[in-house]
Amino acid sequence: MATVGRALLIVAFAVALYGVGASLYGAFRGGHAWVDSGRRAVYALAGVLTLAFAIMEIAFLRSDFSFNVVATHSSTTTPTFYKATAAWSSQEGSLLLWVWLLSIWSSLALLITRRRVREVAPVATAVLMTFGAFFLMLTLFWANPFESLAQVPQEGTGLNPLLRHPAMMFHPPMLYSGYTLFSIPFAFAIGALVTRRLNAEWIVSTRRFALGAWLCLGIGIVLGARWSYTELGWGGYWAWDPVENASLLPWLTGTAFIHSIMIQERRGMLKVWNASLVLATGTLAILGTFLVRSGILDSIHAFGASTLGIPFLILIGAMVLGSVGLVTWRRADLRSEHQLDSLFSREAVFLLQNLILVALAFVVWWGTFFPLISEAVTGTRASVGPPWFDKYTVPLAFALVALSGIGPLIPWRRLTMASVRRGFVLPGAAALLTVLALLLVPGAWQEPKAAAFAGVVAFVLTSVGQELWRGMRARQASAREPAPVALAGVVRRNRRRYGGYVVHAGFAVLLLGVAVSSSFQHAKDVTLRPGQTARVDGFDIRYVRATARAEAEKISLGAVLDVSKDGKQVATLRTTRGFYPSQDISQGIVGRFFGGERESEVGLRAGFGRDIWTVIAPDLAPLTPIIERGNRTFRTAMVGIMSKPDGDQQQAVAQLYALRDAAVTAVARRWVTSPWPADFRFIVSPLATWIWIGAIITFLGGLLALWPAPATARRRVTAGYAARVARELARTTQ
Amino acid sequence: MELLIVFAVVLAVVAFVGMPLRGRARGLDPDAAARAELADLQAAKEAKYQEIRDAELDQRTGKLSRADHQLLDAELRTEAIALLKRIDALRARSDAAHTEAAEAESVTSPPAVG
Amino acid sequence: MNPSRKRRIRLVVALTAALLAASALVYTSFSAGSDERTAGQLLDAAVAGKTYTLAGTVKDGSVRRGDGVLWFSVRDPHRPVAVRVRYTGIVPDPFREGRGVMVKVQRRGDLFMGEKDSMVTKCPSKFQVAPPRPGSGPASPT
Repeated sequence: MATVGRALLIVAFAVALYGVGASLYGAFRGGHAWVDSGRRAVYALAGVLTLAFAIMEIAFLRSDFSFNVVATHSSTTTPTFYKATAAWSSQEGSLLLWVWLLSIWSSLALLITRRRVREVAPVATAVLMTFGAFFLMLTLFWANPFESLAQVPQEGTGLNPLLRHPAMMFHPPMLYSGYTLFSIPFAFAIGALVTRRLNAEWIVSTRRFALGAWLCLGIGIVLGARWSYTELGWGGYWAWDPVENASLLPWLTGTAFIHSIMIQERRGMLKVWNASLVLATGTLAILGTFLVRSGILDSIHAFGASTLGIPFLILIGAMVLGSVGLVTWRRADLRSEHQLDSLFSREAVFLLQNLILVALAFVVWWGTFFPLISEAVTGTRASVGPPWFDKYTVPLAFALVALSGIGPLIPWRRLTMASVRRGFVLPGAAALLTVLALLLVPGAWQEPKAAAFAGVVAFVLTSVGQELWRGMRARQASAREPAPVALAGVVRRNRRRYGGYVVHAGFAVLLLGVAVSSSFQHAKDVTLRPGQTARVDGFDIRYVRATARAEAEKISLGAVLDVSKDGKQVATLRTTRGFYPSQDISQGIVGRFFGGERESEVGLRAGFGRDIWTVIAPDLAPLTPIIERGNRTFRTAMVGIMSKPDGDQQQAVAQLYALRDAAVTAVARRWVTSPWPADFRFIVSPLATWIWIGAIITFLGGLLALWPAPATARRRVTAGYAARVARELARTTQ
Repeated sequence: MELLIVFAVVLAVVAFVGMPLRGRARGLDPDAAARAELADLQAAKEAKYQEIRDAELDQRTGKLSRADHQLLDAELRTEAIALLKRIDALRARSDAAHTEAAEAESVTSPPAVG
Repeated sequence: MNPSRKRRIRLVVALTAALLAASALVYTSFSAGSDERTAGQLLDAAVAGKTYTLAGTVKDGSVRRGDGVLWFSVRDPHRPVAVRVRYTGIVPDPFREGRGVMVKVQRRGDLFMGEKDSMVTKCPSKFQVAPPRPGSGPASPT
């Protein structure tokens, strides 16, 4: 079936190239038939790649080690869920996932818009198929997921233990969905610029895809952060690592875009800005994909240096030059239809918010690429760390959250003093009360920035609550509905507005969790024996007992800890460190079970008030003499078996391995029977859970904004307003 | 067997993708520009109606006073009316062009023998 | 004031502010950056008291642990030299001999003191599992 897979990639590549040609020919010469054929090529690409992806998945699930990618990233002992998702833990599988998702989302976009944007769509199709052809070219010539092995191994090398986490398995599909969905407004922007159809229609047709991209990419970023917090043994969720930053960049500019297109829809303004933003976002999405694979920047996440860097650089270069060229060429058609009425208007707030988001993106971009920039300028490679990033991103994030509370309170076009009084009093009072209340909390003002930020968050939450309340009351006044029904009704009819408000509230909560958990975190590294206690932030953490578990896949050495405060039990934490076997036989028959990869299982007690987090780092040095003795004993035994007649060897080897397994288990058990001191890291983080709660609220708000309005309501409202406007029209002509 | 699968896929793709090309050849659509402009105006009109609805909701939720809302609403409706006029004018031009084309065709082609 | 002139003034003010902010950012990045060095470069030219980012591969057989301290050597990718590092803090799970590592260090004579929690290790592309043999693998949970 690997042959079928390879053939399907070639067919897909040919279809993608045909799609480019047919769409462009149809757009400029050949007419509708060719345009339709080009669009069908996108659907066909989705079909062919679905088959190819299915073949790869089946190979993983069946542990078919004739596929090189299966042999190097899975094993018979890998749990089924991780077998299914191991496909994209490899360079090859992840590229196939990328292009498959591109084909699916492109098909959906072209299906939905098949009766609209008729001039723009063929050029957009050509752009999307160019991306498809590019990624298929990579899979065909550089990283083929259907490469087969001449000698099929009995067992695979398995999935990296760090990736055995549900968050890490959904993280790539969500990220790639974000990247590929951002390709759609990018492609339609190119089409609009080429065909000079630069008014509202292309924006309206693609804004849902931009919002969907924002949602998927955001979820992917949060899943990565969650994985870092619960899987990696450092207790943090964001390190300003280059690959983390690479996914954040398009998310920041994409956030700016989904706000500023509202201004273009309403007022025909910011056309150059929006075109530049969406083109930059699409380019940054490809840049993010490139960074992980190129090895140009040192990152914990990088697949490692590969030969894919050059093709990606060429594509990115072409995208940048093409985008700048197109916007410059069409600048006359991108002139704004109106100007800003007032600096005190929602339009002005949106513009300021956009500038802050772009500034954030520039800071992140500069810090990420600084090693290359510094090398180019000074000849020496230098890097900046989290303190540098925090110095700039914290005040910008502060301003951004403040604006997210101010924006909903301000009407479009112009703000008056009366509306300031009506809108700002309550949220302002809430902010002030919060700040004053925190004066009464011991230690709160040791971190004045966090305390001030809490005030800003109170402002945002109150302003969103006020908007929801007033909307509900307005609907009750006209529809005479009970409060919950009225609230649901007003939200249902204004999903974009209220979905956006919910996003703002969620984001404020998320950043509050970040601010408080990082400002007031207590961390301690201690060495404990069973029975000993450490004190962290008022909590007594007692090492109760050691644990050991020996399984086919790994050996886990861990600890059970009791957490109490003022004599009252608060939590029981369990943490382990897993030791995976190595295939390096030089480590010895017993030794290699302790010599492979390691992976921490964090002990976490999450709570609304605080998280208590711990990892253990057992030192294997005390086991070394026993392991070496075991290696010698079993090596001697193996030599003895090899000298026996062939017929007797198999049984003897089986018996020896059974003894070996028992010996390895016994060695691991020494951790329990004669425990030695272990190193622990304890972290107490207030309000850390609110990061994840805030993220969930944010994404629920995004989903609400994305959901289509009920069709009957749309028709009824449109007809009503159309009738009113038509009546005005009749009156003005009399 | 594998060869058969690939062959079947290729056939299916070619048939599916080539289907529009087997119909009557249609050249460039002469109405494309007018249709695109009409679509742009319709989108602008929908956006304008949304602005009118948003302004009303802003007034009902206290962000706009009654006087401010009346001013803004009048402005927005004027802009909406201008869009409707442009849409009507475009449709009238398009209908006139179609009528001319139909008349020209009936003059050149012979009447049906009944 | 003429609206067009007002807009031009706003644009000039905004662009000037952006330029100043960007300049501050660029300046602080060059002053706050820590130089990335290989082992050989550190041995040749590292001065005491300055922080460098050491990048290289962990030398086989060089890792020692004890009393919460990790000792290891990092070899130069281009020359047959290595530097000895004393490190405390988080040791990433993928850390091991033969793997790429980056850590912030300061020179103290021939020794390099690692900055606490500053270590980053490359994520490996695979790990190794014992091939299945009859009765292979420890089975019973403890």
